[in-house]
Amino acid sequence: MFDNLTSRLSRVIKTLRGETRLTEINIQETLREVRTALLEADVALPVIKEFMERVKQKAIGQEVIGSLSPGHALVGVVHRELIVIMGGEKSEINLATTPPAVILMAGLQGAGKTTTSAKLAKWLMEQKKKKVLLVSCDIYRPAAIHQLEVLAKQIDTDFFPVQLGQSPQEIAVAALDFARRHHHEVMIVDTAGRLSVDKVMMDEISKLETLLKPIETLFVVDSMQGQDAVNIAKVFAEALPLTGIILTKLDGDARGGSALSVQYMTGKPIKFVGLAEKLTGLEVFYPDRMASRILGMGDVLGLIEESQRNIDRDEAEKLAIKIKSGKNFDLDDFKMQFQQMRNMGGMSALISKLPAQFSQAAQNIKMDDRVIGRTEGIINSMTLQERAKPEVLKASRKRRIAAGSGVTVQEVNRLLVQFEQTQRMMKKMNKGGMAKMMRGLKGMLPGIR
Amino acid sequence: MVAKIMTKNWISEIKLGLSQTRESFGKHLSSLLGGGKIDEVLYEELEAILLTADAGVNATTWLLDALRKKVKSENLTDAAQLRGALQEVLFALLAPLARSFDTDTEKPFVIMLAGVNGAGKTTSIGKLAHYFQSQGKSVLLAAGDTFRAAAREQLIAWGERNNVPVIAQDSSQKNGDPASVIFDAINAAKARNIDIVLADTAGRLATQLHLMEEIKKIKRVIAKAKQGAPHEVLLVLDANIGQNAINQVEAFDNALKITGLVVTKLDGTAKGGIIAAIAKIRQDNTLPLYFIGMGENINDLKPFDARKFVEALFD
Ligand SMILES: Nc1nc2c(ncn2[C@@H]2O[C@H](COP(=O)(O)OP(=O)(O)OP(=O)(O)O)[C@@H](O)[C@H]2O)c(=O)[nH]1
Ligand SMILES: [Mg+2]
Repeated sequence: MFDNLTSRLSRVIKTLRGETRLTEINIQETLREVRTALLEADVALPVIKEFMERVKQKAIGQEVIGSLSPGHALVGVVHRELIVIMGGEKSEINLATTPPAVILMAGLQGAGKTTTSAKLAKWLMEQKKKKVLLVSCDIYRPAAIHQLEVLAKQIDTDFFPVQLGQSPQEIAVAALDFARRHHHEVMIVDTAGRLSVDKVMMDEISKLETLLKPIETLFVVDSMQGQDAVNIAKVFAEALPLTGIILTKLDGDARGGSALSVQYMTGKPIKFVGLAEKLTGLEVFYPDRMASRILGMGDVLGLIEESQRNIDRDEAEKLAIKIKSGKNFDLDDFKMQFQQMRNMGGMSALISKLPAQFSQAAQNIKMDDRVIGRTEGIINSMTLQERAKPEVLKASRKRRIAAGSGVTVQEVNRLLVQFEQTQRMMKKMNKGGMAKMMRGLKGMLPGIR
Repeated sequence: MVAKIMTKNWISEIKLGLSQTRESFGKHLSSLLGGGKIDEVLYEELEAILLTADAGVNATTWLLDALRKKVKSENLTDAAQLRGALQEVLFALLAPLARSFDTDTEKPFVIMLAGVNGAGKTTSIGKLAHYFQSQGKSVLLAAGDTFRAAAREQLIAWGERNNVPVIAQDSSQKNGDPASVIFDAINAAKARNIDIVLADTAGRLATQLHLMEEIKKIKRVIAKAKQGAPHEVLLVLDANIGQNAINQVEAFDNALKITGLVVTKLDGTAKGGIIAAIAKIRQDNTLPLYFIGMGENINDLKPFDARKFVEALFD
């Protein structure tokens, strides 16, 4: 797997200490590493070229503060510029029109439009208290319409019933009428995935756009998308007056350089990111986190924020103190951590937000989201003393606990191993200086030791 | 076997499928390699073409190094000569990927498909069913995606198109068990004396650890239905994805020991350089790329042939 920028740079950086200003020469090597990092993150080459030029202009002549190396300072500039390009700040969804506010979804096959349509509906219902109608114009892919119907039911919103044999345009017109009659405030229109080179299909969606006059036309792009993202975005932006971008499948481990390419090309803001297959897995976009991710610095900030949202504050603080001390982290805390993880969307959502070095450590701890419930059960069967001092757990006690929670002794053992691994990871995080890392990320500099 | 069914039209079909790719990648190359000096500027432009084709830093570096060596050893001086040299170097890289797909060894021959969300698993199954039927084999489909909404209906639609049986759990059941659906399908295939079982699975990302555990379990259960099965575990990759393809290959291989690859959506503008990146992962012992998908229709799937693929890219 790829080295992240952090580890790449540590090789270069050491050689260049003690310089006071960034010069064409002392940033050269780092620039090359940054270019490679961006390529490996799938940022499109033409975008990289322009971007590097911009970074160079900003960087040369800048002072190198304190004991930093020029490499550090340059990465600071890179990170900052990435944030500037990706929007500077988050961009809100626009619904200011006579209802129904139509949102049109467009993108390639497999990008995630259908799931995202349902997620967006849920988000609008919950966050903006809107009455939403879901409409599918995908008459091509087998069962696509049915898929959206099922999702609509799951989130308990209205679905426009399509008549057999209706064309996408006919569906659009009828749905608009339906939405007016039933007082829907928002109407989300899912469309078939299409190739940017498929003229007929591109014409079709541009006709849909004319018919529907959407207030938002969102381009849905897969965060795994490669170099071609830039060309595809260009064609879609020419065919449709795009108003924003949704980046999907960010819960995967792709670095998501396509986000930068698409934004660079269209000049449109990324409005949401998809972070889980679950229908709650849609979030607003934060350029600073994405910048860190593209550079391979993890999404530590996102993690912090999410923790704040979902975790009970007091409990979290208690836990934080334990983590800090590295000691005293007992099975009760372990259980609490499990519960909190569940609140935060499960282990996988969490892992995806850790910086690379930790997420690897975390990968080793095989925490199956579905096992969480059983884990709690096992810990609940322990006495308070056992929870605080797991060392006392010998065979007979384990047997009792297993019987009490309806699992095998092996499972109890497995849990204990996991606990120990977690404890170790906590210590590691602590040694690495979580706090220091945060500071690094919040400021302009990445947390490079 | 494969050679026999491959129509004479293969090359023209693949050319058609890859026309978009050739349009950008090939044209670009042709203009670059029309003639002139072989110099650093030329190499740099070549590098750009390969990188923008998603070949990745590793494969690109390897290809350019190989090319430089060739230029030296064969005393090439004109850019036009580079064209043939590049074709050869590309072929050398891709050739190990091409291997024939033999389903005669077992009956039923069980093929399991895996991949990330939206990669093209279900569609590929629809096309593979057609492909095997045209070889005179009987086929049965197993609706192992019990998770995604309407995934079952999607596969059933492909079953109808191909006129082959589909084993699925009944629709009233929520959150079914994929392993048992496939298990039943294999038994059904035995009972009906069917040659090939194609098992669909739900899309999953390698970071979804519980889903990766689930798919391991599916594989284990398949082995219980028939010893030695699944006989092939194919990872489906979307040609549009970038360097994450490499992570995907490694993660799915770690979980499942995949036996081969299917690359889909090559009819788009993606240049398919990801195939080169994949070839470079373990160059001595690369995974076979059995099939490539080039459209949404039932016959838009072809066995991968490195020579023809490279040829189709260029002219
Ligand atoms: N253009 C093109 N589209 C394809 C190809 N293969 C699949 N598709 C399309 O890609 C989209 C996703 O394909 P599916 O077969 O549903 O993918 P999947 O991997 O089964 O998806 P999930 O089950 O949702 O994970 C559909 O719209 C397909 O029609 C191909 O070779 N070319
Ligand atoms: Mg599928």
